[in-house]
Amino acid sequence: MAEFALEPRGPEVQLAPGESAREISGRSPWRIAGRRLVRNRLAMAALGLFVLIVVLCLLAPFYANHIAKTDPFESNLTGTTNVNGEEVQVVQETQGGLGLGVTPIGPTWQGNYFIGADNQGRDVMARVLYGGRASLQIGVASAVICTLIALTIALLAGFFRGWTDSVLSRVMDLIWAFPVYLLAISLATVLLTKPQGLKWGPVTIDPSSFWVPTWIIAIVYVPYVYRPLRGQVLSVREKEYVEAAISQGASNLRLMFSDILPNVITTAIVLLPLMIATTILTEAALSFLGIGVQAPQASWGTIIDDGQNLLYTRPLVAIVPGIFIVLTVLSLNVLGDGVREALDPRAKVRVRE
Amino acid sequence: MFAFVVRRLIGMVLVLFAITVLTFLIFFATPGVDPSRQFAGRNPQPSTIAAVKHQFGLDRPLPIRYALMMKRLFISRDLVSYGNQALKVVPAILSAAPVTFSLVFGAAVLWVIGSIAIGLIMVTFKGSFVDPLLMILALIGISMPVFWLGEVVNLITQDRFHDTFLFSWVPPLGYTPFTQDPWQWFLHLIFPWITLSILYIGFYARVLRADLLEVQNEDFVRTARAKGLSPRGVLVRHMLRTSLITFVSLFGLDFGVLVGGGALLTEVVFGLPGVGLLTYNALRSLDLPVIMATVIYGAFFITIMSALVDIVYARLDPRIRPA
Repeated sequence: MAEFALEPRGPEVQLAPGESAREISGRSPWRIAGRRLVRNRLAMAALGLFVLIVVLCLLAPFYANHIAKTDPFESNLTGTTNVNGEEVQVVQETQGGLGLGVTPIGPTWQGNYFIGADNQGRDVMARVLYGGRASLQIGVASAVICTLIALTIALLAGFFRGWTDSVLSRVMDLIWAFPVYLLAISLATVLLTKPQGLKWGPVTIDPSSFWVPTWIIAIVYVPYVYRPLRGQVLSVREKEYVEAAISQGASNLRLMFSDILPNVITTAIVLLPLMIATTILTEAALSFLGIGVQAPQASWGTIIDDGQNLLYTRPLVAIVPGIFIVLTVLSLNVLGDGVREALDPRAKVRVRE
Repeated sequence: MFAFVVRRLIGMVLVLFAITVLTFLIFFATPGVDPSRQFAGRNPQPSTIAAVKHQFGLDRPLPIRYALMMKRLFISRDLVSYGNQALKVVPAILSAAPVTFSLVFGAAVLWVIGSIAIGLIMVTFKGSFVDPLLMILALIGISMPVFWLGEVVNLITQDRFHDTFLFSWVPPLGYTPFTQDPWQWFLHLIFPWITLSILYIGFYARVLRADLLEVQNEDFVRTARAKGLSPRGVLVRHMLRTSLITFVSLFGLDFGVLVGGGALLTEVVFGLPGVGLLTYNALRSLDLPVIMATVIYGAFFITIMSALVDIVYARLDPRIRPA
């Protein structure tokens, strides 16, 4: 392969605005992109915010044990808690009206029940942090799985072309024709209706597992990632270095993995942060509708759903997890813009809802 | 042109057929799932299960079951939901569709006007603080979950500030048909429209800004400037018109997606009895016939819309016809 390393990379790497040719000469494309990204202050701030949210959510058990001192997955309807030296009921029966409802404790602005409790008397802040772990885990995992599936299908379709491409692209078009939420709803209703889970040979699908929403979200978005990637594979396959490798007698696998894949992977990397932003929003929506993360587990979406009934009495239950979602998705969108500008200043890549 | 239209329509019919097959397979042929139990609603009686088995012909082979289901959906239109007091599914969807359409149509008007205005402002003020400020606002707009935004709007307009002069005119959540009282229809839908359109205003303004900046260096723009046209004339008459090509094709698809089910979350939060709320209620009671029918309805609408967009697009721009 040594002789192909001499292939001039000139036209492949473009100058970003305000960058001199000397700054990028002789450096690998990855180094150049890394430099550009680190210099982009907005993108770095976004990365910092995202890391901060991830760290906060990872500290959820610590927060629950040492600051909130409650179990956020255990209902606490009769308990009391200490607020400014006074013992207060965590959940009070609603005065007046029919007396059927309950009013959980509001924000105490101290360690226990920092932003109040939900209908079950559970500490909402601790739940938001635990819920963040679920949301982030599902969002990241489904975006990665989705991108890997799309990359594989795009490589096969773009490399073999002909009927392989036709069949794969038609299947992708078919999935594309379904509204994202409705396809996810159909898959989720079928997979979640059996409480004891489905058995497919050695595989058991446990409805309470995070893998059910993860795979549903991953599959639903495959066509959205597949389309730009396939175009990229088709154009790279026409390049001279691929032709040269073919004339050397390179095997199909070598062509796909050492000649085409490295030139397509940047598109996948540019799409990834934007995909994670999209999948986190989708997970929140599905959990809000009751078909994502299942109780007693929590995610940002399920907590907003819990807060719906308390919206006018205890609005923070619904507002706080939403703020976490907005900050996470915003940081990923800004970071995604930065990554795109760093890797390919003139590219036009968009992820649509 | 005629050949293109025919080809596109044949493709559309094939996709419609494939949609019904795939939806049918998801609901009836997922391994390990007993469809008769699922279709009978929660905690069904044995007699209901037997009736469901008969209604859907579950004791017969798969292709016949498919044909029976399609007959009930499209020809006799008597698919009945067992979870929900023998609700007839197809009429229920047809009567809910105008609500969804009202919601999406108004939001679309808002987002087209809003995003073109913001896109033009961003390009005009490029280089000052206005452009990055609007960019950040647009990004925040596309980063908000729509159901959460809807709840915050409800909190403000229905509760916390409802008794002030600002929002005392806001009617309670719900819907009034246009034919019954156009003014109430309008009042009920204002906040749902705004909520739904914010995401799209952010998204379209960004797309438009990028397109306008790209067009800026084209020869015809330089020619128009050299000719002595005012900057505003160049921007609106020459640049905007070219950039609107992407805008229009995106718009057609997004409009289709929203009417086809994308507005579900907004309908749920604002209690608008459209197709989305119908799906949501069916979901809460695991009413599978309704879910299956709304999924097929949504996918059909999107497919037909995208075929229409392609045809209109080919009519406007002859370059893409051979493709």
